[in-house]
Amino acid sequence: MTGSAQAALLADGRRLHLQHGPIDIIAEAFGDPAEVRLAYRQTMSRFETILTELVAELALLRRPITGAGLAVAGPVARRMVAAVWPYRQQFVTPMAAVAGAVADEVLDAMLAGRRLARAYVNDGGDIALHMAPGERLVAGLVANPDAPALDGKVELDHATPVRGLATSGWRGRSFSLGIADAVTALAASAAAADAAATLIANAVDCDHPAITRAPARALREDTDLGDLPVTIEVGPLPGPAIERALADGARCAEAFRRTGLIFGASLVLQGRARIVGPLRTDLSRVVAG
Amino acid sequence: MAEAGSVVRCDACPVLCRIREGKTGACDRYANVAGELVRVDPLVVTQRAEATVPFLEGAADWNGALLRSGDSFVTGIGAGTTYPDYKPAPFIVGAEVDGVDMVTVVSEAIFSYCGLKVKIDTDRFLGPERAWVRCQGEPIGHVTTAEYGSQMLALGGVRHLTGGGKREGTVTCQAMLDLCARKPVEVEIEDGASVVLEAGAAPVVNGVRESRMRVGCGSATIGIFAKQWHGQADEVVVVDDHITGVLTEHQAGRFLEMPPAGIRVRGRKSTPGRYFQVANPGLGWGGTDVTDPLEIIERIDAKVAWPGLRLLMVSTTGEDAAWYVLDEELKPAPAPMPAAIAQVVERIAENCEPALTTILFMAGAGGSLRAGVTANPVRLTRSVKQALTRVTCGGAPVYVWPGGGITILVDVTRMPEGSFGYVPTPALVAPIEFSLPRADYAALGGHLESIVALEDVLAKRRLTTRPWNQDNPWPVRPRRPLAEET
Repeated sequence: MTGSAQAALLADGRRLHLQHGPIDIIAEAFGDPAEVRLAYRQTMSRFETILTELVAELALLRRPITGAGLAVAGPVARRMVAAVWPYRQQFVTPMAAVAGAVADEVLDAMLAGRRLARAYVNDGGDIALHMAPGERLVAGLVANPDAPALDGKVELDHATPVRGLATSGWRGRSFSLGIADAVTALAASAAAADAAATLIANAVDCDHPAITRAPARALREDTDLGDLPVTIEVGPLPGPAIERALADGARCAEAFRRTGLIFGASLVLQGRARIVGPLRTDLSRVVAG
Repeated sequence: MAEAGSVVRCDACPVLCRIREGKTGACDRYANVAGELVRVDPLVVTQRAEATVPFLEGAADWNGALLRSGDSFVTGIGAGTTYPDYKPAPFIVGAEVDGVDMVTVVSEAIFSYCGLKVKIDTDRFLGPERAWVRCQGEPIGHVTTAEYGSQMLALGGVRHLTGGGKREGTVTCQAMLDLCARKPVEVEIEDGASVVLEAGAAPVVNGVRESRMRVGCGSATIGIFAKQWHGQADEVVVVDDHITGVLTEHQAGRFLEMPPAGIRVRGRKSTPGRYFQVANPGLGWGGTDVTDPLEIIERIDAKVAWPGLRLLMVSTTGEDAAWYVLDEELKPAPAPMPAAIAQVVERIAENCEPALTTILFMAGAGGSLRAGVTANPVRLTRSVKQALTRVTCGGAPVYVWPGGGITILVDVTRMPEGSFGYVPTPALVAPIEFSLPRADYAALGGHLESIVALEDVLAKRRLTTRPWNQDNPWPVRPRRPLAEET
């Protein structure tokens, strides 16, 4: 027996909670109550089959993307492949964008035919956003997912070309090849932000005895990362090592930004932060204080 | 497949993760524990020990069930989810107990208002009242009113969790979680001592593990042991930071018609033979800063004392003791302690209880939580106040503070392992259960449509079963017969 998708309104009566296997989503729509109700109904109906569709093509989605592309059929799978396609010169599998792609798909289902002022779909920290003209949204940033606290916030409006926000780091559920506590990327979609955050977080790295790594396969049987060494522990690092790792990550993020892959990013490692791009955020100040 | 047998296929969702031993699946909710697939944020069921399942192998009606419902209690642990933003709808479980339909509303509550009351059995000076208690440099609480033989700390609370700096909140939350999980936490008290706190274990003050709690104050010690010293010593001074006792001046010595000895101690006289503030608080004898007991003797009255007078000085735990005989100049000279006296000193120690750190979790079950139980929250509050609804935390009994709201106190050592969690606010998450007869639940506007039979919970949910803590009363037992219902 495998469980089925669950959907429920949270106790506040406003937010929608969707859960199926590893997918855990909090979503909320703002607008006319009748429109919101309809939006939630179509969101739940779309969510029902998302995981099953993904699982059908899972083996393919765990393969690294190459110039030959990957022939997948499902709408979420296609979003994943499209999100990692710009990075096909390096090692990356479509799984790097799975959470963001699910968020985008769920948001599109919520918006189809509806008039909503604002909406967000938060899939475990990878967030797809909707803002009607004139609307604004404020997103919170977390520097250390193991001790979550609101470390900063980013203000977005309709005119900002950002509809997706994703965070990656060595902590949490997904593996990282780097040592960043948190890299948050802002991009045109959640899938694009997810893929970019994963790769920027991989680039925040250095060699130091305080860093423990293990082959991904030794940790999780079904990983898409094979025998690549993933980070399992980062002890306290000396200041220069932190700065070097952050500089490498920021260089990577800056390259992505110049080619239009992301709008901006914030990188956090052991209490120090770098901001790439025109982000209106107080993160650096908050983390430094 | 590498290492056949050590990998488990999870069937909780269509991803069908293959999970290695000791690892979790992609969702972090299911794990392979010693080859078994288990939910790692499980709903915890505790089971009474007398409910041993009869040996039924081969019996026709054996359905494989290991839990008998009447002897199982579903706790709030794991009733929620690990997702930080998800407020669980409570789980309402119905079962028949002793012929009465009982309902238990199980929830994992987020307590924004919560703190720890810490009782440290020691007379040693830990710090002045109102001093900050710091952890990793952050204030997480303060020293509060001392109690009998114990120093008290108030830790956590909404002002440290959310009212101070971000790091202050995070450190406070982590320290509270660790203390609730019975892990040791080191705190520094401003202008005082460094103390390692651990629920149910002896406190460690400035690196020294406390072993005994004083038998009583100096005066009480005199009262308890006066008769046993009578005839063996001419004077006994029991050194204590609170009240130092002097046997021959004390009511107990007078009663035994002991002659005054003329040993005048320092400090402020309270009543005969009882002295406050003979020294400063500290880590020496009886919670004072005294290391040489003769320091507290102000003078020896030559008109009253006599050469050869036998003087015992002892602390309230019996840990420190010295025996003196006055010389020709009425100066106390150290002498070997007679066996009869040593025996009474030993008896003081024997009568001291082990020094412990005990921790009560105190929290208020506020509005939204009650709304999950009933559509009419104030009726739940009244029902709890009238003791019709039994409140437990992970099955452990709680004390409900009188007055408004549902403010509870619970001993963290009586709650099952893994009871506490947190949300990023930061605030603590703890299980809470409300148990009451079904008819009462209906009367207070309970969500009857959401009641799930206990058998169904046991059959359908992934569960972890723990033995019932025998020291806790069984929560689902009707308080009164239903016939008395109005």
